[in-house]
Amino acid sequence: MPTRTFIDAIRETLAGEMRRDESVIVLGEDVGKKGGVFLATDGLWAEFGEERVIDTPLTESMIVGASIGAAVNGLRPVAEIQFADFIHPAFNQIVSEAARMRYRSNNGYGVPMTIRAPYGGGVHGALYHSQSVEAFFTHVPGLKVVIPSTPYDARGLLRASIRDDDPVLFFEHKKMYRSVRGEVPDTDYVIPLGKAAVTHPGSQVTVVAYGLMAHYALEAADRVAEDGISVEVIDLRTLRPLDRETVLDSVRKTGKCLIVYEDNKFGGYGAEVAAIVAEEAFDYLDGPVTRIAGPEVPGVPYNHVLEDWFMVDPEKIAEGIRKLAAY
Amino acid sequence: MAVTRGATALAASVGLTDADLVEMYRLVALARAVDERMWILNRAGRIPFVISGQGHEGAQVGIAMAFEKGHDWIAPFYRSIATCLTFGMSARDIMTAQYATASDPSSGGRQMPGHYGSREHNLVSVSSPVATQLLHAVGIALAAKIRKTGQVAMTSMGEGSSNQGDVHEGLNFAAIHKLPFVFVVENNGYAISVPAAMEVSVADVADRAAGYGIPGVVVDGVDVLGCYAAARDAVARARAGDGPTLIEAKVTRLTAHSSDDQQTKYRSEEELTSERERDPLPRFREQLRDGGVLTDEIEERIGAELKAAVDDATDYAEAEPDPDPATAMRYVYAVDPDEPALS
Repeated sequence: MPTRTFIDAIRETLAGEMRRDESVIVLGEDVGKKGGVFLATDGLWAEFGEERVIDTPLTESMIVGASIGAAVNGLRPVAEIQFADFIHPAFNQIVSEAARMRYRSNNGYGVPMTIRAPYGGGVHGALYHSQSVEAFFTHVPGLKVVIPSTPYDARGLLRASIRDDDPVLFFEHKKMYRSVRGEVPDTDYVIPLGKAAVTHPGSQVTVVAYGLMAHYALEAADRVAEDGISVEVIDLRTLRPLDRETVLDSVRKTGKCLIVYEDNKFGGYGAEVAAIVAEEAFDYLDGPVTRIAGPEVPGVPYNHVLEDWFMVDPEKIAEGIRKLAAY
Repeated sequence: MAVTRGATALAASVGLTDADLVEMYRLVALARAVDERMWILNRAGRIPFVISGQGHEGAQVGIAMAFEKGHDWIAPFYRSIATCLTFGMSARDIMTAQYATASDPSSGGRQMPGHYGSREHNLVSVSSPVATQLLHAVGIALAAKIRKTGQVAMTSMGEGSSNQGDVHEGLNFAAIHKLPFVFVVENNGYAISVPAAMEVSVADVADRAAGYGIPGVVVDGVDVLGCYAAARDAVARARAGDGPTLIEAKVTRLTAHSSDDQQTKYRSEEELTSERERDPLPRFREQLRDGGVLTDEIEERIGAELKAAVDDATDYAEAEPDPDPATAMRYVYAVDPDEPALS
């Protein structure tokens, strides 16, 4: 089976969907001739032309707002926000408009639109090229939020997102673009949204993660295995809708739950997972539901020492696992 | 609209028939009659909230008549009652929105009154954050261009809303790509309580069109046929691939901002009295009578029809059931939440 980098899987999937369905268009900043600042859309402009691969002005609200309109009138836009950090000018269009269009029109209108954005730290991106923004959007009914961690999942989930009839935010950890490789079959497979994956079976501690942290959780699981701790790692893959059953089934088995996310801890996505576990698996718990997450500063600082201080890494996760296992 | 059979000189002057003008008059008068009934129902405690289009109806009907119903698109705003009626919604459709009934075609009783929309009639669902709809209309125009549908998209809003950043972002993009798009500003001189001089740095919002290299046209919103002619030209330009036009219609707001506003707090009696002179309904009626289009007989017939239509819409909406709370979880997503795929 061919292996691909994470970004190759994304680029090839975009091309494949554009070949498969002429209503799919791509728009965003520098997505055309340049092929995107990370080259996620490289080659699309040459193959599909400027009418379907549109270089936009620096106008994030327009990128999303016009995508909503285009979706209403028969297209399936895939909008790229150059960095997740710059999605905030489009917040109103995403939350007030895209998320509510179907509900407020009583199913008169839907918005089949995918918004792709690179997120995450660890790449010397500092405050404004490192943010994790998923919690702002997972809060909102009407949106779907996807964060893949492998090239295989990226392909299957991006296909599902583009083919979905509702707005999907598809966040890609930029550190994984070229550092993560994996097998990707050439078949037309789709991974349904809302299905988590158990990526490492175990019996003593459940670790819930997504994106880059899903990789770090696996590394941490290997480290603590040397201490005799058996960890079950769950890669959520889709954050909204959340696959509650996979998480709860695991916690009912292990009795212990650690949630890992890169964003700062307070009010982050992991808080919701923790609350659900506390509400629905309380009788099975044999220790406090715990989170390993970023510190309470308003952004990832630039200097590499400071950035390392900020980032959750495999050792920080391993420490959390050891502590919880010993509880 | 190109047919000129049965055209007086007045109708022929804008390339319409007498029947078209009578229909336009009916729509202006219908919008007014529905609107006036809404206020009565609000004051009688039957409906909780009214947001009104009184004073805007002439411009709305004139402009909307230039678009092709069921083909072109409009992203309206909360004062667009006459626009929506012109594009195919009925008095019942508007009135069920006031009562927020289950059968309200705009939202099934989910949205406040004024937030109209209809898939059937290519009217995009209205939200409350202002000017967001401009980008939707631009996106619709983009899709029309890519799909080669020949459609034109229009959006309308007040001059207060026109200051939002989305307007700049959207006009810039629409102009760059020469999208089939028409932007209508219904300038009634007020953003709730703040006069235009305090919210717009130029006398005419239309002046801003120059910044995008597109035509900016000012029309008197009392002049229904002038509004039609301006929109007809903008639609022709858009359909020919020559890009967007900004039309600013100077209208008046004959009512308070909404049923929760008291406009005498910020508008003088003198101003309110003089603004009544700018009511498009009597002006249009006089124009059509002077032009020999409207006769006593036609007026009488239309008057009776409108009264019946408004009574019917009110009785109908009064009797329609509320939405069932058991349906309130529906349509968050395309697939209902009780489907196993969604948690």
